[in-house]
Amino acid sequence: MDIHEYQAKEILAGFGVPVPRGGLAYSPEQAAYRARELGGDAWVVKAQIHSGGRGEAGGVKVCKSEKEVAEFAAGLFGKQLVTRQTGNGGKGVYRIWVEEASDIAQELYLGFVLDRKTERIMVVASSSGGMEIEEIAEEDPESLVRMVVDPAHGLAEYQARELAFRLGLKGDQINQMVKAVRACYRAYRDLDATMVEINPLVITGSGDLVALDAKMSFDTNALYRRPQVEALRDPSQEDSREAMAHDNGLSYVGLDGDIGCIINGAGLAMATMDMIKLSGGEPANFLDIGGGASPERVMTAFRTVLSDPNVSVILVNIFAGINRCDWVARGVVEAYKAEGLTLPVVVRLAGTNVDEGRRIIDESGLPLITAETLAEAAEKAVAARPKRAA
Amino acid sequence: MAILIDENTKVVVQGMSGRIGKFHAEEMIEYGTNVVAGVTPGRGGETVLGRPVFNTVREAVEATGAEASLLFVPPPFAADAMMEAADAGIKTAVSVTDGIPAQDMMRVKRFLRRYPREKKMRLIGPNCAGIISPGKGFMGIMPPHIYEAGRVGIVGRSGTLGYEAASQMKALGIGVSTSVGIGGDPINGSSFKDILELFEADPETDAVMMIGEIGGPQEAEAAAYVEKYMTKPVVAYIAGLSAPKGRKMGHAGAIISAFGESAQEKVEILSAVGITVAPNPSAMGQTMADVLAKRAAA
Repeated sequence: MDIHEYQAKEILAGFGVPVPRGGLAYSPEQAAYRARELGGDAWVVKAQIHSGGRGEAGGVKVCKSEKEVAEFAAGLFGKQLVTRQTGNGGKGVYRIWVEEASDIAQELYLGFVLDRKTERIMVVASSSGGMEIEEIAEEDPESLVRMVVDPAHGLAEYQARELAFRLGLKGDQINQMVKAVRACYRAYRDLDATMVEINPLVITGSGDLVALDAKMSFDTNALYRRPQVEALRDPSQEDSREAMAHDNGLSYVGLDGDIGCIINGAGLAMATMDMIKLSGGEPANFLDIGGGASPERVMTAFRTVLSDPNVSVILVNIFAGINRCDWVARGVVEAYKAEGLTLPVVVRLAGTNVDEGRRIIDESGLPLITAETLAEAAEKAVAARPKRAA
Repeated sequence: MAILIDENTKVVVQGMSGRIGKFHAEEMIEYGTNVVAGVTPGRGGETVLGRPVFNTVREAVEATGAEASLLFVPPPFAADAMMEAADAGIKTAVSVTDGIPAQDMMRVKRFLRRYPREKKMRLIGPNCAGIISPGKGFMGIMPPHIYEAGRVGIVGRSGTLGYEAASQMKALGIGVSTSVGIGGDPINGSSFKDILELFEADPETDAVMMIGEIGGPQEAEAAAYVEKYMTKPVVAYIAGLSAPKGRKMGHAGAIISAFGESAQEKVEILSAVGITVAPNPSAMGQTMADVLAKRAAA
């Protein structure tokens, strides 16, 4: 789960990371007021969306007057900001963060991730801040410093100190860095984060460290014990269909194709999408219906897939273990009738009670297309797509 | 003896008093699995499915000599139950639970390192379908009837895609020695390499079907092992060719976040060390049949 920059800054500040003073605005007037409240003669106005690359997308500006703050904010509110991470639809700007402008002498990178190789939290830092970590890895790999944290002991002070020295910091910056690094680690650990990134972490003209940007993501499996994190969820930044599916206990990811998929199991779902692609089609979505696919659940899955206007064919592929093919078949038949479907539906059933399931499909009298194998199902789904006028 | 489980393996079920635990324990017993006890804190002294229930794993191990444990424990308590099993001397634990926080698994993996190699518990999962040695026994939630006994090992992250592979092979008359689900989480107990090592050493396994997916470094690690040490043929399939970068595809671990984690890159890494990669997921069985036929002819 992602949160906004200003929320990440508030959290990290609470653990002892220095951040610039700022205020949140829900309107251009409020943005101007925040600037007045902060004082000074320059402010950074930043669109709050769940995406990186906001600067180059026109979502961040240094403003020199309250009027400029209000005008820039007015241009952003309600806009779908498209960055290189958001996809073509972009993400809606409904909150703007106004903060005091900082005097930047040097930009550093500081990140915390789950390293799957060591199965531990890894700290990654670089003296080349300001660009994406992938770019740093490509252009200045020598500058990268990595530290792996032993979960039994936590991030040791000597590790943080070594990191500071290797970044070339001096004097009091060393202590400031040690404090900031350990604070981020505690925030990561105590809130079940999956990622903390401060990019850039700057050294100001007066030699102090300040987190100019901050990003945090959290482990959705741990939200049950982190209600304070769950409270930060912002539905306006989520795909509404994915959120709806999630609330119904389905795992759904929207894609760009036109073949809607209803499958049980994440691996089989990915494999079916691959098969569609190899057969010359494009999947419209990933959907894992999970175990215990009752007729109601199948119905919900149909509704979710059909809410995507691009879907022209539906492919149902169920390999029943705990599931039962007859339940699924009943669900498909009921959904087809209840939704008054006219588009082609390909059904492939295998596993527990498969004969009974196939009988229900065959005897339904509905124009359902059946398939025996994964390949046959994908080929039939691709072939069933309505021919588009050339 | 196949690997990890056979008809003699004494199994306890942690959480056997619960609805789901009981349902699957019953299927396991019906199949012939040697389930000796259940463990549910606070329910010690009761009997479920004709087996005694204990308050702690340690008591169950002392009373029955159990060496394996299947865990049906909800996510908030799953990590603790794994550590309890390890400390009680369980040799093989299988965790089916989906939704365990990653940092809990980090702690479990660290905890397991306190034991010397010969006493260290082997953890399979979490978020997996379990393990089965067809005709002998199983620990998990898979439909056992789709597996034919034979001499090919299966190791995969996904449950249903593993079923798909087993049934494609069955249709071609190819049976399974043991099938192992290692689970879809970013931090799991056993990796592909860990299980390949067991299959390589197992006299009853002739070849291995390995079913990977996007995300994480474990397929690459397995490729390095295969290149150096594996003498038996390996057939592989990697799911997620059409998965976009940075999107989590159902499994918590199925997300492309670094170099080498996409399906295309993994296919290249595996092919480079001589692993035969099935061209599509509907051809896993046929690819294995071809590899076995070629080996028989050689």
